[in-house]
Amino acid sequence: MALLQISEPGQSLDPHQRRIAVGIDLGTTHSLVAAVRHGVSECLPDLQGRVILPSVVRYLDPQAGGAGRQVGFEALAAQIGDPANTISSVKRLMGRSRAQVADVDKLSYTVVDDQGMAVIDTVAGRKTPMEVSAEILATLRYRAEDSFDDELFGAVITVPAYFDDAQRQATKDAAQLAGIPVLRLINEPTAAAIAYGLDNGAEGVYAIYDLGGGTFDISILRLTRGVFEVLATGGDSALGGDDYDQALADWVLQAQGLGPVADAAERAALHREARRVKEQLSAHAEVVFHTEVEGRPLNQRVRVEDFEACTAALTARTLAAVRKVLRDAGVGKDEVQGVVMVGGSTRMPVIRRAVGEFFGREPLTDLNPDEVVALGAAVQANALAGNSREGDLLLLDVIPLSLGIETMGGLVERIVPRNSTIPTARAQDFTTYQDGQTALALHVVQGERDLVADCRSLARFTLRGIPPMAAGAARIRVTFTVDADGLLAVSAREQVSGVEASIDVKPAYGLSDEQIATMLQDSFSTAQQDMAARALVEAKVDADRMIAATRSAVAADGDLLEPAERAAIDRLVDALQALLPAGSAAEIEAATDALAKGTEPFAAQRMNRGIQQALAGRKVEEV
Amino acid sequence: MNLQSNDFEIFGIAPAFAVDRAALDERWKALQREAHPDRHASADAQTQRQAMQWSVRINEAYQRLKDPLKRAAYLCELHGVAIEAENNTAMPAAFLMQQMVWREALEEAGSAAAVEDLADEVAAARRAMLAQLQVTADELHDFAALAGQVRALMFVERFAHDVEARLDQLGQ
Repeated sequence: MALLQISEPGQSLDPHQRRIAVGIDLGTTHSLVAAVRHGVSECLPDLQGRVILPSVVRYLDPQAGGAGRQVGFEALAAQIGDPANTISSVKRLMGRSRAQVADVDKLSYTVVDDQGMAVIDTVAGRKTPMEVSAEILATLRYRAEDSFDDELFGAVITVPAYFDDAQRQATKDAAQLAGIPVLRLINEPTAAAIAYGLDNGAEGVYAIYDLGGGTFDISILRLTRGVFEVLATGGDSALGGDDYDQALADWVLQAQGLGPVADAAERAALHREARRVKEQLSAHAEVVFHTEVEGRPLNQRVRVEDFEACTAALTARTLAAVRKVLRDAGVGKDEVQGVVMVGGSTRMPVIRRAVGEFFGREPLTDLNPDEVVALGAAVQANALAGNSREGDLLLLDVIPLSLGIETMGGLVERIVPRNSTIPTARAQDFTTYQDGQTALALHVVQGERDLVADCRSLARFTLRGIPPMAAGAARIRVTFTVDADGLLAVSAREQVSGVEASIDVKPAYGLSDEQIATMLQDSFSTAQQDMAARALVEAKVDADRMIAATRSAVAADGDLLEPAERAAIDRLVDALQALLPAGSAAEIEAATDALAKGTEPFAAQRMNRGIQQALAGRKVEEV
Repeated sequence: MNLQSNDFEIFGIAPAFAVDRAALDERWKALQREAHPDRHASADAQTQRQAMQWSVRINEAYQRLKDPLKRAAYLCELHGVAIEAENNTAMPAAFLMQQMVWREALEEAGSAAAVEDLADEVAAARRAMLAQLQVTADELHDFAALAGQVRALMFVERFAHDVEARLDQLGQ
């Protein structure tokens, strides 16, 4: 007999009028879907009662009568028997080219390059990372629709805070393929803050310390009466629990006087054992490490102190990122009222203690670190769909990495600085470099470094049809608009003529975690080197400009020069030209100055001639 | 009030240098509560576009009003005085001297502690300049003089930024 449903007193909407909105945590290793039911956010289970869905998809051979695909536990179980067609960790490929995927050759499946995008060769044909992610998302969508016996109105999908424009766009595309209307993309630490803050009625400044298997995110938020304001976000996207395993394995080998392990199977066993010992050390003071190297058994006693000593540098790196983000937020660590721990790796006591000591308070660990992100996303989804009774939830998030444009000499002009609140629009005026220039090539980049070569290229487009003007006369206003999903659109407009061009930034690839990490890290450690590189580039740009100007002046008014004067100028130009390929910034600057001085009298003569011509022209008009 | 209103009008405060930061933050959140695209996520496309435009405009005004340097520059602009930082780099000799001393101190600072001492000194100088800016703007209403002080403060902020970059480099 079917049971009749009775709604809770005070619930604003009839269940059939409510819009079904869910939060989805699309993770590297596993994914979850959550929804607000009866005023409480909860993860939705599958038919077997499991809330976690392994982020694994297996494609079956159509020739062998295979019916489509398997997703989740079924696919995970088949992975050992069919590694080439079973895709795990597809999140690492989202918005990337093959070259940008770390350790791409160590994956059990084949990744090939297709028009700048990493795609996977399977028995069922080539699959893009978006298609694979869409299988996972669709499975979660069906789970939600079965739970509510209704169609999905929309979803909030979470992404790592450090995800760049290309990776966010790829995530949104995957949802579209899965037939899910995306209400919003939100950052994982922000989602965790919502779940935590609403449960605890928290007010004040909070830090979200999110250490996963392969990435580290740190966000600082201010919570005031339902407003979640992200003050700054940062991290280190190549640092996670896997690095702790690696450090322990290295320490064991060293303690045994062994070098690197050559055999792949032994290496895999070593890492598996390192993970087991790491997890055991969370509860025990001492664990014996058992494995085999070169066919001989290895037994090494590992004490908690040994583990902490050999991983101390990793923990210190997370704290360096925390200091940096506190500075970006303009907040002292004594102002932080609570530190929320997210991600499986924060189960390590050494992390909890180090974070506790740094902030001078016990970190908050009462929420399940695996579920908290999906739970927070569900709360936001419910609010966006208009179901929320409290209606007071407002999320003010920021853009994680600066956006800019390439200027002369491969330098980056930052237009939207990192940690700007979104949505935002920023404009900057540029001008032309050469006389009569009628087009402007715009190159959009993302990153914190001064040189374009060190940032991620997002898109290129061209503004054409600029009326010919003298160099520096055109006024081209470039506007960057970042929407509430953190996605960028760029437009350019020449102010005098009104010529316009615009682009939705939708490249075929994005930043690799490693690249972002390197970019962020390099901006810490190589500021000095950057300055020197910048000085050299600037010197070369000035030199180029000076040579071009001199040549065009000589071509136009060379008749003003005596042969000896002209020869002197030519010598100065040649000397500067010769320095360009290998000269230092100081040498190039000196030669540029010499050329400027040497052409001074010539410039004065040209000016006189110009004024006389202008006067003559006016006289003609007056007549 | 419309999208073309000036920043002070949008935030409903008197156009002055002195700003109650807590009230400003409060007003920002109240405005975003109305305008933010999240508040209109299930509305029609036209409404969503409007929300986006307003939300962007409010964030633009907020980031200008909350930053003392940008706020002072904006006041000058509203009173028809251009800052023209690129074309106008003339500074009193004593000020330039101070800049040189600081630059040398930063170059020679070998330890994080030495850089932090310098950071404190710069922060103190900045506070003194901000107090001066407030007198010039709100009591003397001398916006030409204010523009000069804004240009000087730009130097100091740029240097403070370099000091911070150095601290990052030292891993502090």
